[in-house]
Amino acid sequence: MATNLTESGMEKMSYKEVNDDVVRTMTHSGKGYYIALALSISVAALAWGLPWAYQIFTGQGVTGLHSPVYWGIYLTNFIFWIGISHSGTLLSAILFITQTPWRRSIYRSAEAMTFFSVLTAAIFVFVHMGRPWNFYWTVPYPNQRQLWLNFQSPLMFDVFAISAYMTSSMIFLYFGSIPDLAAVRDRVTGWRKSLYTWLALGWRGTDAEWHWLSKAYTFFAVFIIPLAVSVHSIVSWDFALSKVPGLNKTIFAPYFVVGAIYSGSAGIVTLMVILRKSLKIEKYITLNHFDKLGILLLVMSLLWSYINFLEVFTGWYADTSFENESLIYRMLTPPFAYMFWLMIFTNTFMPLLLIFRKVRSSIIISLIISLGINVGMWIERYLIIVTSLPRKFLPYAWHDYFPSWVELSITVGSFAFFSMLFLLFVKFWPSLSIYEIKEDIGIPVQKEKGH
Amino acid sequence: MDGIFKRILERLRAYRVPGYYEKFDHKWTMVVDLDRCNGCEACVTACYAENNIPVVGKEQINNSRQMSWIRIERYIDGEYPNVKVKFIPIMCQHCSKAPCETACPVYATYHNQDGLNVQVYNRCVGTFTCATYCPYDVRRFNWFSYKWDKPLDEQLTPDVTVREMGVMEKCTFCIQRIRAAKDRAKDEERTLKDGDVIPACAQSCPTGALSFGDLQDPNSMVSKLAKSPRRYRLLEELNTDPSVIYLKRIMDDGDESH
Repeated sequence: MATNLTESGMEKMSYKEVNDDVVRTMTHSGKGYYIALALSISVAALAWGLPWAYQIFTGQGVTGLHSPVYWGIYLTNFIFWIGISHSGTLLSAILFITQTPWRRSIYRSAEAMTFFSVLTAAIFVFVHMGRPWNFYWTVPYPNQRQLWLNFQSPLMFDVFAISAYMTSSMIFLYFGSIPDLAAVRDRVTGWRKSLYTWLALGWRGTDAEWHWLSKAYTFFAVFIIPLAVSVHSIVSWDFALSKVPGLNKTIFAPYFVVGAIYSGSAGIVTLMVILRKSLKIEKYITLNHFDKLGILLLVMSLLWSYINFLEVFTGWYADTSFENESLIYRMLTPPFAYMFWLMIFTNTFMPLLLIFRKVRSSIIISLIISLGINVGMWIERYLIIVTSLPRKFLPYAWHDYFPSWVELSITVGSFAFFSMLFLLFVKFWPSLSIYEIKEDIGIPVQKEKGH
Repeated sequence: MDGIFKRILERLRAYRVPGYYEKFDHKWTMVVDLDRCNGCEACVTACYAENNIPVVGKEQINNSRQMSWIRIERYIDGEYPNVKVKFIPIMCQHCSKAPCETACPVYATYHNQDGLNVQVYNRCVGTFTCATYCPYDVRRFNWFSYKWDKPLDEQLTPDVTVREMGVMEKCTFCIQRIRAAKDRAKDEERTLKDGDVIPACAQSCPTGALSFGDLQDPNSMVSKLAKSPRRYRLLEELNTDPSVIYLKRIMDDGDESH
């Protein structure tokens, strides 16, 4: 039995089968695919594009923002999508360095998820700005007016961190795909042939090429781990470097990094369930993968819950009137109390089920738990912003926040936008790593001869 | 290699103005005597008129989108008939260590040589960060393109910008009046003296609760008032080092209002 399985728990198969399967996922699409694509494009355009155009034309007044809640659901979405992005590339890099076998068949789509969610998050920066047409002022470029940037600003750190992360995760994704693009190039015809000839950069598979690829890939893997950690620390500093009670927590940097990896891993689980079903690649993404991802989720859940507990505990222990007010507003006042305790349920208690192996290897329960975590993590970011800002220092200025239809619609649209990017990705890019799955299978000739 | 670094460092130092961050031309300061404030809101009205602040209407006020740069906060203690009403006028505190200044990625808000926290409307891209970081909630955002009905548009102050949609604004200590006073002093070939600059709010205050002047001038009105034992600064524990000094009100029964 054991000899029939690879290191990552797949059944053994021939190289040809792998090639054919991956090329099939790219060239053959059913009716369902086109319906999903059309739906996601139209929802993205209608729910995101139109309201955004309306907002740019009329002004930020169409949102529910007001004084003192100048940050709302847009920033929530921004942090949520940056968080989702954190698992793909970071996890792929960590697992690559530790040479974990179960990475091989899931990392490509996880990295793509990273890139697309950073893209979605980056667009939210523009959605949130009062004058988005001046966004280029946040980029350091030489100009005659001798205007320069404020390098003390946490938002400035953000600009650099996110653009660096987006670029390097894109390069990481591309580097890792080159041999696969070449493999696809050799097996397709028509317009695809010329596209992949161009994308594969003339890859021939010589020893020297493999050598340099592995060098470059290892370099990027090592480079990306500290980068990813710094990106979400910096995102948390948007809040932690302020003086607002509920936001100025020293623990925010590790809290956000852990939360990001947590929500990102849950995102991977959700995505893998959908992917293996819709692309019919059940034999590549096996129950073993879900088992391992389940353990990861469990560990992150415990870490997240620990830090979350500390955040509340230290705030309560400090016993300042400002801090108490924001804690009461967040934890005990409806409607935020409902959201808070729902978050505790989905993110702290429900993932405890993953202790049991039976739960970890059940697709449907994994899906439910991972969706729950994603909902919970969205609520977490929402609560951090929306329960801190309405309860700042001067009670006269207190005013509750509720998102307007524009903000809600753009939120829905962002999910459609992300789905659209991903649906395009699975057809234009090998969503499984052909060469690393082959690595996982091993060298068939050798094994059969019983060396 | 060492030589290159030295040359770069020298080059950078040449751009520095010595004492730029330590020495200021002025330290404009507002002293608010709460004992004299009766909450009449004349300062608010004067500010609206002087600084071209749009009037947004009932609906937007309910959404907490009022544009007033100065506001009278009213706190009511106790139940009728033992009610105590406490007023406190709050405008931009022009903090010397302002949280908003470090927040802005494009330097749209910065500290100038007059010790003022100034807002550059043209440079603002609208990230809201300054307003979020402000502990006093005094920053105002242009949610829409505001219009003035005729003939009200003809009473706009020509020295003050009418702000565009999507930018942040706040109290400037009537920087246009400071500018004008400086010009006048220059024409008369003298330095600024106490009383040359009076912001609209201080000018209109019937009880004289607001006084304005240069704290660096030891003989100015505000320097004298600032030595009062009733002196305190709003949310001083946050270490923002505000330029607005409050003098607390001592009530008949010994209760304090601040």
